[in-house]
Amino acid sequence: MAQEIYIPTYKKVFEEAGNQVLFMFRFFRNIFRFDFEWNEMIRQCYMIGYKSFPLVAITGFIVGFVMTLQAEPTMKEFGAESYIPRMVAVSLIREICPVIIALICAGKMASGIGAELGSMKVTEQVEAMEVSGGNPIQYLVVTRILACVFMVPLLTIAAEALGLMGSYAGVNITGHVSTTLFFNKAFTSVSFGDLIPSFVKTIFFGFAIGFVGCYKGYNSDRGTESVGIAANSAVVSASLWIIVIDGIAVQLTNALGY
Amino acid sequence: MSNTTKSKIKGGEQEAVIKINGLAKSFGANEVLKDINLELHKEENLVILGKSGTGKSVTIKCIVGLLTQDKGNVTVFDEEVDKLSEDDLKALRIRIGFLFQSGALYDSMTVRENLEFPLRRVLKLKDKNDIDKRIEEILEGVGLPDAIDKMPSELSGGMRKRIGLARTMILKPEIMLYDEPTTGLDPITSKEISELIQSMKKNYHVSSIIITHDIACAKITADRMLVMDSGKIIAEGSFDELENSKEKLVNSFFK
Ligand SMILES: Nc1ncnc2c1ncn2[C@@H]1O[C@H](COP(=O)(O)OP(=O)(O)OP(=O)(O)O)[C@@H](O)[C@H]1O
Ligand SMILES: [Mg+2]
Repeated sequence: MAQEIYIPTYKKVFEEAGNQVLFMFRFFRNIFRFDFEWNEMIRQCYMIGYKSFPLVAITGFIVGFVMTLQAEPTMKEFGAESYIPRMVAVSLIREICPVIIALICAGKMASGIGAELGSMKVTEQVEAMEVSGGNPIQYLVVTRILACVFMVPLLTIAAEALGLMGSYAGVNITGHVSTTLFFNKAFTSVSFGDLIPSFVKTIFFGFAIGFVGCYKGYNSDRGTESVGIAANSAVVSASLWIIVIDGIAVQLTNALGY
Repeated sequence: MSNTTKSKIKGGEQEAVIKINGLAKSFGANEVLKDINLELHKEENLVILGKSGTGKSVTIKCIVGLLTQDKGNVTVFDEEVDKLSEDDLKALRIRIGFLFQSGALYDSMTVRENLEFPLRRVLKLKDKNDIDKRIEEILEGVGLPDAIDKMPSELSGGMRKRIGLARTMILKPEIMLYDEPTTGLDPITSKEISELIQSMKKNYHVSSIIITHDIACAKITADRMLVMDSGKIIAEGSFDELENSKEKLVNSFFK
């Protein structure tokens, strides 16, 4: 009777997109419920954010450090070493830290969330929560997405600060520049107009990471291999989203004249 | 929400809390349920026997709306499950306890937190003493008072199942759906669990569907039994009737 029905790829793509939109609706509808899961949210911020801090901190520091060392010879040729702090500060804050940290977070958080929710799905824990009258979207999804939305920007700011310190260390390897002079130079070039768009961008990055991780995990198939697939595809899609959002953000900030 | 069918009781006929009519469900090309018809009466233990993969778990998942049927209807307390709004479905699910085949404990939480979860969210209990008292009482009931601060990963398969049972029973539902409550347990614990199921009926007037392969459990608990095979119900009767059935497949469960 029932036969395997062939569904063309483009239809699957539309179906997937439709499911994602529906999932997003469910997320937004559940944010504004009064019985918000504060404890779980704080726990997730700790698990997702705080535990990523060492990785993010080291990355930020090294990126700043390496950028400075790489720029040094060229800048010296032009006699423009004194511009190094400005150059590094602007590029770190506007582009490099937000994107690199978001990609790192995609690798760490999106895969973690995808795998965790995926295995909860496979072992029927999500269903158990649903039938016992609990609200798995609210307890599992909303808390994780919001934790990413809060923590990714904070982690990025931390990475930027450490990146500047790394750059300071880099400058001091070859010559001696005082702390005040370095940070003075760095900050005179960074305007409010640089900070805000980059901050707003990271909020979207955080959302993309949390959302994709939750969506992939929550909708994983039956069977243990689907947990791996969920984690893996969460990282891939989240990274793609980050690049796309970054592209759009550049266009927007340029158009708005920041 | 409307209440149970009182009007349906006519001269000794029992009122039905669950009615399933012509239920069919396929997953892609896999036609799992073909035509399931059953009724669960009030304060009755209905045991369902069936080979692995005949769709027993799928049937009870349709009852709580975890899966939606392709054909037929499922009525619980006079409400059609697939037509309910999200809030009404939630309210209905609170009245139904569901023991998963795998136990389905939340493995990021301790046993205590697992049991607290429904109490805090469904019954909205706040009082710590009251919550603790209920948890201790139910753990005593399933014979695992010492497990309270353990993580699910520290428990054996049988212990998890019993904690899963405790988590379902703690809300004192009106209907219980047990998916293989005694599978993987030793005979002594099996017997205790079967007696626990029986006492749920006696003490709290619960109506239950019990899916099992365990004939000893069926013998203790069953008021009425059904046998399922390839998506259909092929036999119905009391334990003794089915035990002496002429049909080969039915008979083979009792050997
Ligand atoms: N969500 C699902 N998606 C796809 N197929 C499913 C799903 N749930 C169950 N099935 C399929 O339905 C069939 C019946 O499964 P079910 O779990 O109901 O069997 P069962 O009678 O409970 O067997 P067991 O005694 O082994 O638990 C199986 O072939 C299974 O693969
Ligand atoms: Mg089953």
